[in-house]
Amino acid sequence: MVNNDREEISIQQSKISFTRPTEDTLLIRFVGSWTLQNGLPSATEAHKHVTEGSPVQRVAFDAQELTGWDSGLLTYLIKIIDRCKERNIQIDRTGLPDGVRRLLDLAYAVPEREGARVVAKRPSLIARIGADSIRVARGAMETISFIGEASLAFLTFLRGKAQYRRVDFTLTIQEAGPKALPIVTLISFLIGVILAFIGAVQLEQFGAGIYVANLVGLAMAREMGAMMTGIIMAGRTGAAFAAQLGTMMVNEEIDALKTMGISPIEFLVLPRMLALMLMMPLLVLYSDVLGILGGAFVSTTILDIGALEYFEQTKDAIAIKDFAGGLFKGAVYGTLVAIAGCLRGMQSGRSAAAVGDAATSAVVTAIVWIVVASAITTVIYNILGI
Amino acid sequence: MAQVMPDETQQADAQITVRDLTMAYGDFVIQRDLNFTVRRGDIFIIMGGSGCGKSTLLRHLVGLKSPAQGKVLYDGESFWDVDPLEQVRVMRRFGVMYQSGALWSSMTLAENVGLALEEYTDLNPSQIRELVSLKLALVGLAGFDEFYPSEISGGMQKRAGVARAMALDPDILFFDEPSAGLDPVSARRMDDLILELRDSLGATMVVVTHELASIFAIGDNSTFLDPETKTMIASGHPKTLLAESKDPKVHSFLTRGEA
Repeated sequence: MVNNDREEISIQQSKISFTRPTEDTLLIRFVGSWTLQNGLPSATEAHKHVTEGSPVQRVAFDAQELTGWDSGLLTYLIKIIDRCKERNIQIDRTGLPDGVRRLLDLAYAVPEREGARVVAKRPSLIARIGADSIRVARGAMETISFIGEASLAFLTFLRGKAQYRRVDFTLTIQEAGPKALPIVTLISFLIGVILAFIGAVQLEQFGAGIYVANLVGLAMAREMGAMMTGIIMAGRTGAAFAAQLGTMMVNEEIDALKTMGISPIEFLVLPRMLALMLMMPLLVLYSDVLGILGGAFVSTTILDIGALEYFEQTKDAIAIKDFAGGLFKGAVYGTLVAIAGCLRGMQSGRSAAAVGDAATSAVVTAIVWIVVASAITTVIYNILGI
Repeated sequence: MAQVMPDETQQADAQITVRDLTMAYGDFVIQRDLNFTVRRGDIFIIMGGSGCGKSTLLRHLVGLKSPAQGKVLYDGESFWDVDPLEQVRVMRRFGVMYQSGALWSSMTLAENVGLALEEYTDLNPSQIRELVSLKLALVGLAGFDEFYPSEISGGMQKRAGVARAMALDPDILFFDEPSAGLDPVSARRMDDLILELRDSLGATMVVVTHELASIFAIGDNSTFLDPETKTMIASGHPKTLLAESKDPKVHSFLTRGEA
């Protein structure tokens, strides 16, 4: 859009001058190159000339010495014109270049739609507290009704009437099961190592280094195996669920299911929930074993405890109910991760950013739920004496 | 498909009736006081400029969004006043083609089209395969059965969307912007497809569009939504509207603002 009539002076600064050819006419002269690259003068000076001094009836322009222009000049002119319109000052555009005149006409061709421009108004504190409360309450309602729908879908499944594709179920099992093994291996082994180190430093003081086996074994079996696996699955699979369902929301794929009379909860959420419910206990068991191996590694290399001795000690320390308790927790966490992922996916807005938010929110929600569920189950186990 | 007898009354003729419908997102009203009737076997056009609520109206008609006020009646039965099971039964009678096709991306075209047949009929897999091939052939996609939606062009996705919408031979087909984003020839072919399906299947068609060529080529009846007054400001046969409407907005819309 840059019109360079005289190439050699096109880099010269944009200048503006104001004259009064008659008492009530303001003539604005544009000199030099008025382009975005050259920087633009502020419009306050022009406004001052329009508003101050003897009243202006008419504003005219002179662009004889204008060497180049682009939308920078247009925004500047629009500022002046808008100010003049407020004051009912007549504007004479004849002095402007032809292209500028036409673009100005185009800019003013469609009047601004009323109410289209959002006025940034900060609501009062009470209004904001109220709006936030309503939002929180609505979110809680949505969550509860989603959990209710998921439970109903599970009942339908138990009665053998659920509409879902077996292949979705098996694919999710593969995705959430075998493919998660490498990361679960790494994390669980290292957690075992860390627990053993912490225990070793304390227990060595009493010459009770062998009890590291009890510490690591019990911690892994009862809690850490399930929790670490749960958190890994929240980041890995829960986020993936939210992103998948969110994208399906954006593409109207979920609407298409609904209008076909197929429940998205049964069709999409149920197979994912079932897969995680089934895979999590298995992963937890694997994680427990890896954690104990990590503890054994530290004990045999640092504490000079024989591997056999360590495993004998572990065997005596952990009862089957400890493992069972951990596996049950794993199934609970798996369900929570699946529900959180699917819930956030189904709540997703219809844009790319909303899908990203849904994935983030799925991970956060799942981790919060896991920690809360962990606390609740631990208290219950304590009461039941497990 | 029900055959329309010429002596049937206007009321019996009505497949979809919209009565005093107000659509809103929260407190923000999109359109209010909508009243119109879609007759059996008609191609009914919902038109209007961008952002006037055409697609929102379609979401109300197909039962994805509940009205803020008013009713949507199918064969005289109010959709939002019956129990959910009955709603699903009504919804199974119509097919919807979404603006972007909305094919299920993890499934092949054959699986997309065949899903409804698997869920709602007792046909065996080979019968379903044959039916799916037929539906895909009807929309000009013969042989694309095993393609995934991401492997075909946007226009083909739309046509596959039509094949999926008519999987169960529905009484009513809804189209959301069927020719938007298509080249002129493909758009014309989509119009022909809609006309042909109406004539051969006898289905009722509800088409959301702002393509003038389509509107005049296929429309039997229409309603015009206006974003400024937030209601419908004209209805009738598009050609009659063009000839007789005195409303400057309708006239300028139907003439591309040239008159």
